[in-house]
Amino acid sequence: MTEQEPDLEQLETDLLAALETTAGLDGLDAVRVHALGKNGVITGLLKTLGGMTPEQRQVEGPKINGLRSRLADAIAAKKAALETADLDARLASETLDLSLPPAAAPQGTVHPVSQVMDELAEIFADLGFAVATGPEIEDDWHNFTALNIPASHPARAMHDTFYFPENQQRDGKPTLLRTHTSPVQIRTMTSQEPPIRIIAPGRTYRSDSDATHTPMFHQVEGLVIDRDIHMGHLKWTLETFVKAFFERDDIVLRFRPSYFPFTEPSAEVDVGYSLENGRRIIGGDPNAEEGGWMEILGSGMVNRHVIEACGLDPDEWQGFAFGCGIDRLAMLKYGMDDLRAFFDGDLRWLRHYGFSALDVPTLSEGVGR
Amino acid sequence: MKFTVSWLKDHLDTDADLDGILDTLTAIGLEVEGVENPGEKLADFRIAKVISAAKHPNADKLQLLTVDTGEGDPVQVVCGAPNARAGMTGVFAAPGTYVPGIDMTLKPAKIRDVESFGMMCSERELELSDAHEGIIDLGEDSGAEVGEAYAHWAGLDDPVIDIAITPNRQDCMGVRGVARDLAAAGLGTLKPLQVPDIEGEGAADIAIRTDDPEGCPAFFGRTVSGVMNGASPAWMQKRLRAIGQKPISALVDITNYIMIDHGRPLHVYDRAKLGAALFARRASDGENVLALNGKSYRLDATMTVIADDEGVHDIGGIMGGEHSSVQPETTEIVIECAYFDPETIALTGQRLGLASDARTRFERGVDPAFLDDGLAIATQMVLDICGGSASEVVRAGTPPEGTKTLRYDPQLCATLGGLDVPIDRQRASLESLGFTVEGDGPFTVTVPSWRRDIDGAPDFVEEVLRLERFDSIPSVALPRAEGVARPTASPEQKRERTVRRAAAARGLNEAVTWSFISQDEAALSGDSSDSGAPWALANPISEEMKVMRTSMIPGLAAAAKRNADRGAASIQLFEVGRRYLEDAEHPTLGLILAGARSPRHWQGGGAPFDAFDAKAEALAILDAAGAPVDKLQLFGETSGLYHPGRSGRLCLGPKNTLAEFGELHPATLKALDLDGPAMAAEIFLDAIPMPKATGGHMRAAYAPPALQAVTRDFAFLIDADAPAGDLLRAVKNAEKQHLAEARIFDIFEGEHVPEGKKSVAIELTLQPGERSFTDEELKAISDTVVAAAQKAGGELRG
Repeated sequence: MTEQEPDLEQLETDLLAALETTAGLDGLDAVRVHALGKNGVITGLLKTLGGMTPEQRQVEGPKINGLRSRLADAIAAKKAALETADLDARLASETLDLSLPPAAAPQGTVHPVSQVMDELAEIFADLGFAVATGPEIEDDWHNFTALNIPASHPARAMHDTFYFPENQQRDGKPTLLRTHTSPVQIRTMTSQEPPIRIIAPGRTYRSDSDATHTPMFHQVEGLVIDRDIHMGHLKWTLETFVKAFFERDDIVLRFRPSYFPFTEPSAEVDVGYSLENGRRIIGGDPNAEEGGWMEILGSGMVNRHVIEACGLDPDEWQGFAFGCGIDRLAMLKYGMDDLRAFFDGDLRWLRHYGFSALDVPTLSEGVGR
Repeated sequence: MKFTVSWLKDHLDTDADLDGILDTLTAIGLEVEGVENPGEKLADFRIAKVISAAKHPNADKLQLLTVDTGEGDPVQVVCGAPNARAGMTGVFAAPGTYVPGIDMTLKPAKIRDVESFGMMCSERELELSDAHEGIIDLGEDSGAEVGEAYAHWAGLDDPVIDIAITPNRQDCMGVRGVARDLAAAGLGTLKPLQVPDIEGEGAADIAIRTDDPEGCPAFFGRTVSGVMNGASPAWMQKRLRAIGQKPISALVDITNYIMIDHGRPLHVYDRAKLGAALFARRASDGENVLALNGKSYRLDATMTVIADDEGVHDIGGIMGGEHSSVQPETTEIVIECAYFDPETIALTGQRLGLASDARTRFERGVDPAFLDDGLAIATQMVLDICGGSASEVVRAGTPPEGTKTLRYDPQLCATLGGLDVPIDRQRASLESLGFTVEGDGPFTVTVPSWRRDIDGAPDFVEEVLRLERFDSIPSVALPRAEGVARPTASPEQKRERTVRRAAAARGLNEAVTWSFISQDEAALSGDSSDSGAPWALANPISEEMKVMRTSMIPGLAAAAKRNADRGAASIQLFEVGRRYLEDAEHPTLGLILAGARSPRHWQGGGAPFDAFDAKAEALAILDAAGAPVDKLQLFGETSGLYHPGRSGRLCLGPKNTLAEFGELHPATLKALDLDGPAMAAEIFLDAIPMPKATGGHMRAAYAPPALQAVTRDFAFLIDADAPAGDLLRAVKNAEKQHLAEARIFDIFEGEHVPEGKKSVAIELTLQPGERSFTDEELKAISDTVVAAAQKAGGELRG
């Protein structure tokens, strides 16, 4: 019997046609099994090669293998096309209305007073000042007497002091809410060997309440005690601080003789302001139209009596001290106009004037925001 | 203190202009607080003469005046003043003039059909006084010229300067002292003071003595008889008015004038109201006096008074008494010029809560060498203005020695003041201020009697520097500390900064609330045995700000309430501050969560906060603060602020509470009028142990596990009311070597769970070491965990 020669061309044509009409991946697989599966037609043809003479095989082998290879390529190509079509179809159905706003994580804020305290700490750290603290409930020795303000001193009457009842004494001394951060000077000098460079920010209290005064407010104190410190250092330090704080070089300070019992000589410090874009800003020419001076600091060389009261020898140690309102610094820098709003906790105000948690003042990024 | 430029020039010979005076005042420490020229706003008012006056045709009470204004033809003015008449000289305002007293700019007008071109003015219209009965009548012999500026003629063109006097500068609480300082600063020459020498006739007809040499070391006085106490002269009234003092009567005005002129308070008594002797003594406890301000004061034995045998006539050096005050009919007077002890005056003034110009000066220490001069100047003025004849002076006691001698090394100006001023220049400065300087190296300086404030070498530095002006001190950079810059914040400060920013990063807004709260608010946090806060102010500004807070929550809750009232839907506030307890002030972070956790949103939101939100914040902040959060135990029994079943304390051991959190008690909400529910937490920052310093920056060597971790799930049944946290803790502690994490991933009660029980599903993460777990090892771990859970009351679910 003569075996009929399989018509490879016809077979290829048929298989490619079947492939062409296949619509899905399942159909594609059926074609693959039919042609190249274990019992597939091409697999069957390949099996016949074993029974052939070497000469026949030389002729038929490439034909059958060529067929198999072309078909496998065609199947792969078809598969890729079908998969792309499938994906396109799926993507076409997978749409989102991205005009919708996503839920936002709540944004918290840091209070301007805290932010300014951090700014001060950063500026003064660069000058070698550490941050010191002290109690807000003080005794009258630390708040007054040691600061050269004896009981009869007129300056005591100028401090509208909150007192605690007479039976609440501490070490036999009347207790009160500190009227300034200056007692931290005393606490530092009595507990620490000079040289000393500190700032002491914190809450202070005076029995005063009107549009521009609140019974609680914030001050920062500065103290330098060393051997050869004089008023020139005081001027430089305050100029450096104020310029760094407001981040302007065109700031001028004016030092005026004044009086504080705990410093001698004493100076009040005015800063020049000017009008920019309709708002009063620190810096610029104070002598220009709409310009002027405003008082921002009290300062002076630490009084010998104070150094003595702290157990130090005033012939060996001398230095300067200064004090300044933090709330006011914040208002002047960031433009708030109402002190009372600082202490109201109004979320709208806090979000308007507050700072992001990430706004940490640094020297490299600038201390202001 | 206020004075006018012309007044200053009584004492200071200067050609400096106003700006020069103002600038120098501030530069030498007499800070100018204000300057006003009352003449400026009256610059347009002219002196004018009424030529004729006729009745208004259409109004009974109006007149038609023809007024010569000195410019052009006379003008017609309609005038309603009853005293307007032909021939009088007055003050005219032309159309276009702003009249301050009626706050109006004049325009030509028709009044009852008759045209009026300007107006004749009253004192009130010029804001000179309240007088409005008629127009200003300058009188026959005023010497005023028609057309002249009224302000100039009236001496109103005299700027009033207001300066702030620091408490150490009593010497500048008189115009003469200010002039002395300005002269020293190079602004002119101090005119010599003319002190009259009045011997007086005969002895005073009253005995004067001091029985309290401590409180009143010196009491000088004399009588003047036959005085007429009318109005003080116009020049004096003008000056007193210009500086805001109301003229009262000649005698009172004279004492006020000398107080401003020389900083020397005096008192004048009506002799007729006094007994045979006038003397200084201590008051007796409970003694009363009606003072010149119309108020009665209850005195005590620490206070010095001037009295006669009948009673107190003067709270010495502070305020006179009503009874013996001078009246228009007074004819016999006693003039007192005394020295009162500054400390006594200060304490008396504080105790009585009584402020006066005299007290301000005496408590700062008036010039003790000026008693005779002050008395002589006053006597002369009384004689000149009120007439009469003066007695001899009575001098009881002696004022303290005013001068003192101090050493001053002029080098100090450079070493303390930072400005190297040549010695001769320093000497000249000090001498110009009245100091006597001897020596060439270290000076021996005699301090003048009026400078009680000078008590040491640094004071001389200040005197020299202020005349040099502080602006001339060169700035010198602070030397940089050697070595590497160290952190300047303490660990406690770093912790406060960290938790603040951690809380803000979690969406909370930092508030700053008052440290003081009301007694009622304070009581909310206490349990029944301790309802009060330990620190309550003796003199609070109001009941709402009376006690120092022992909890941050009431203040924050009040802030939350204000926000809720403003319509805030979601309130998340925190504060870093102190709680004021008996022993100390404790740094604390308090927070409050009220309203919705997040706003209503299409993805969810709008749900209210619950106690777990407060716990989450507490744990996150504790973690940021460096607390060992894994080791914390939960205890109940929170403060009275909280819902007892929905609050807890996070503790390290039963005694050390690091944080308290939970839902606020309905009673708390009700008391604060806050719509609930609201959550709160307090993190007690100083209760958190400080992490041990590692002594360097090196981290432990990095050794990632070689093999992947495996997870195993367990479900345990425990009593429904038992804390699942305890079970979790027991499981976590069961195995230390391999157990990396244990997490509750499901809590279930209901179907297939026995009544009264709940199912707690826990996922364990197990980390193999060098080689993978064998089945035996996994079973062993599993058995250990199950056993530990069982001990904690957990039964493995089948």
